[in-house]
Amino acid sequence: MATTEVATTCYHCGEDCADKPVLQYDKVFCCEGCSMVYGILQQSDMCDYYAITLNPGLSQRRPVRQNKFLFLDDDKVRRSLISFSNEEQSFVTFYLPQIHCSSCLWLLENLHRIQPAVISSKVNFPTKEVEVFFDHRSFSLRQLAELLTSVGYEPYISLRQSGAQKPGADKSKLYKLGIAGFCFANIMLMSFPEYLGIDVQEQYLSSVFRYLNLGLSLPVFFYSASEFYKSAWKGIKHGFLNIDAPIVLAVLVTFVRSLYEVFSGTGGGYFDSMSGIVFFMLAGRVLQDKTYDQLNFERDYTSYFPIAVTRISNDTEKTVMLPDIHLDDTLLIHNEELIPADGIITRGQALIDYSFVTGESAPVAKEVGEIVYAGGKQVGGNIEILVIKEVAQSYLTRLWNRGEEPAKKAEEERSFVHLLSRYFTWMVFAIALAAAGYWLVHDSSHTWNAVTAVLIVACPCALLLSNTFTNGNILRLLGRQQLYLRNAQVIEDMAAIDHLVFDKTGTLTRAHGGTVEYDGRELTPELKIQVASLAAQSNHPMSKAVVKWANAGRPLTVRGFKETAGQGVEGVIEGRNIVLGSRKLVGLENAVKDAFTSAVVYLAVEGEVWGRFVIKNAYRPEVPELFGRLQKKYAITILSGDNEGERQYLSSLLKPGSQLLFNQGPEDKLRVIQRLQQRGIRVMMIGDGLNDAGALQQADVGIAVTEDSNCFTPASDAIMEVGQLGALDRILRLCIANRRVVMIAFVVSILYNIVGIWFAVQARLSPMIAAILMPASSLSILLITYGLSNVAAVYLRLKKTVQTTVHKN
Amino acid sequence: MTVIILLLVVSISVAALFLAAFIWSVKSGQYRDEEGPPVRILFDDKRTTTIDEP
Repeated sequence: MATTEVATTCYHCGEDCADKPVLQYDKVFCCEGCSMVYGILQQSDMCDYYAITLNPGLSQRRPVRQNKFLFLDDDKVRRSLISFSNEEQSFVTFYLPQIHCSSCLWLLENLHRIQPAVISSKVNFPTKEVEVFFDHRSFSLRQLAELLTSVGYEPYISLRQSGAQKPGADKSKLYKLGIAGFCFANIMLMSFPEYLGIDVQEQYLSSVFRYLNLGLSLPVFFYSASEFYKSAWKGIKHGFLNIDAPIVLAVLVTFVRSLYEVFSGTGGGYFDSMSGIVFFMLAGRVLQDKTYDQLNFERDYTSYFPIAVTRISNDTEKTVMLPDIHLDDTLLIHNEELIPADGIITRGQALIDYSFVTGESAPVAKEVGEIVYAGGKQVGGNIEILVIKEVAQSYLTRLWNRGEEPAKKAEEERSFVHLLSRYFTWMVFAIALAAAGYWLVHDSSHTWNAVTAVLIVACPCALLLSNTFTNGNILRLLGRQQLYLRNAQVIEDMAAIDHLVFDKTGTLTRAHGGTVEYDGRELTPELKIQVASLAAQSNHPMSKAVVKWANAGRPLTVRGFKETAGQGVEGVIEGRNIVLGSRKLVGLENAVKDAFTSAVVYLAVEGEVWGRFVIKNAYRPEVPELFGRLQKKYAITILSGDNEGERQYLSSLLKPGSQLLFNQGPEDKLRVIQRLQQRGIRVMMIGDGLNDAGALQQADVGIAVTEDSNCFTPASDAIMEVGQLGALDRILRLCIANRRVVMIAFVVSILYNIVGIWFAVQARLSPMIAAILMPASSLSILLITYGLSNVAAVYLRLKKTVQTTVHKN
Repeated sequence: MTVIILLLVVSISVAALFLAAFIWSVKSGQYRDEEGPPVRILFDDKRTTTIDEP
């Protein structure tokens, strides 16, 4: 016993290799694939790969089909992937979802040691991409893809990639921030003589400092602050006074007044305050705009459909790009390949995994003559399909495109901060007018001073600061909880939600590790063992589930074992002929089936049908408690594409009166959301599959749940790792706390404003007071927002970083 | 007090150097991948010994 437990993990991938370890090179491997990768690395003297991280590889149990990358030899495909090429070299970027550790980085950047035709390669870790320069005279793109595959990093090539390159992250804000920071710091330094006074003999120096400040403020005013001019102007064009409008006014007034003071020689102006405001506000924006480069919230079907497929015409196979598929083409779909267009099966046994579509992982068997929908993945042998709808017209792609129609309201109009700033702006105007009135009567020489000072001091930058910094921090906190939001506005939207809609399959239930239920004539214990022994011969997920269900001991000997791909298994155990498989295999014909029903395996003993095994997906254990907590505040609706089989269990989780809808197609789900919204309810949809895509887009907040955020997720406002589902109620509370933090910070900033205005209306605002008030208020707001949002997170137990699990499968 | 003027010029040019360095660092993509470089620096260029069991 002890010996088998010691050395049974694979040297390459660290996986358990209990059943048949492969012994080679004095190491233990779980499969031939892993040992082959080791062999290649050892030949090139690159075993450092294993020294950097323990068991860095990924399991190679599923072999990659030969000729899988044949399509890369096609000129059109190649041109669409290669971003740069001259006579000798080509440059290409591949997405390698397997990248996860420093060993990956090391290996991929040392590719040139395995293949000298690779000139250089560089990994971009967060986006999991590798950029390769290679000599295309001696080494083709296809060979490169195969080389990467041979060391365990199979490139993921999707249709999306063939299009335009991803736009690079916007760097202009960083430049603006850098320049504003530089100018702000220098202006502060040069302003010291102004604050502290200067000797009479050195008066000339004071004007040198002033003009230097003026010069330094120009880039801030004309370049760094342009961010705010644009946004304010956009708002005004739409007849809407957004938060940037009063800020622009304040910046403008400060700048003009300072210019006047410098040129007239009456004072040093407020260049320091102005550049400080711009700097802090830009910093807030940069923080808030932190995006998750590695995630894509705009994914559509193109980012997950293959770039090319094999078309059969006149008995010859030819690679075609996806847009070139036409009606009545015959396509050859290999094992593990995606069906790109709706079609009718003309040859072969289809076993379609629709998990991307429905969240249901058990594959569905389809026979010749049946329709298969785009988005399913063939598992098993090759099949041929006759295209009945073009790619863009297919059932799911059409649905997807339609989901994008409801344009979301302009962001500016949604945030409560903008509303607040409007009231605030009117208040400031009123105070400025009152001050003007007072000074006009008493001492008109002070009017200009007082009015400009009020406008300078009372700029709502504190409100903007508290908002951007709180949002930025909450975004980061949620990111650590593996909930990635598209932008900061989503936080506010989440806080305003009053109805939650859940998809059942794949969201509330687990995609993997389902349980089996048997339904039919009772099985004697001996028969149970016999069935399990037969199932144990096969690696199919359904068979594995049956073995687990039977929970029998040692498997018995099976004679005459036969596995028909996509159909099932049969064999003779203890003299009994047992068949496990599809309806057809056990002799049941003419079946009525839905488009995407869950998987069923029939059992026949001695030619007689005994019953069937149905794979049932297990509910996530945290679901009942989560619903209990959520229902204190929110109404819940559950949508399911399946039949009503689980109505009883689900309704026991929900409050009476909650909606439970079954047999919901993708369009139905969308309509449910629309109906709720028509009643003025703000809806959050939580779903996972392609069939939720429309509903996710329609909902006020759509959260796509995924087992692995690098995998495919439909377009949504947020992406959540499924393990965090249980924390959903606390996450919603944190979003609500966000608003409170902003308000508290705002109140504090108003206190500062009152002090400032006190001096301003009396026309006594000296540059010194402005210089103290401005950074003091900005910094204290920073501390308050940062501190309070962290306190809220600690209180809600959302502070701890969730370990990212590496998905080795 | 011309020394003050001199100091001003020096201090601003030093600050400008840092600004230029910052702009260069943004331009060269140093804020694009924050995880790779700290790992990359630890790799030895060439190691001939193969390590057995880690």
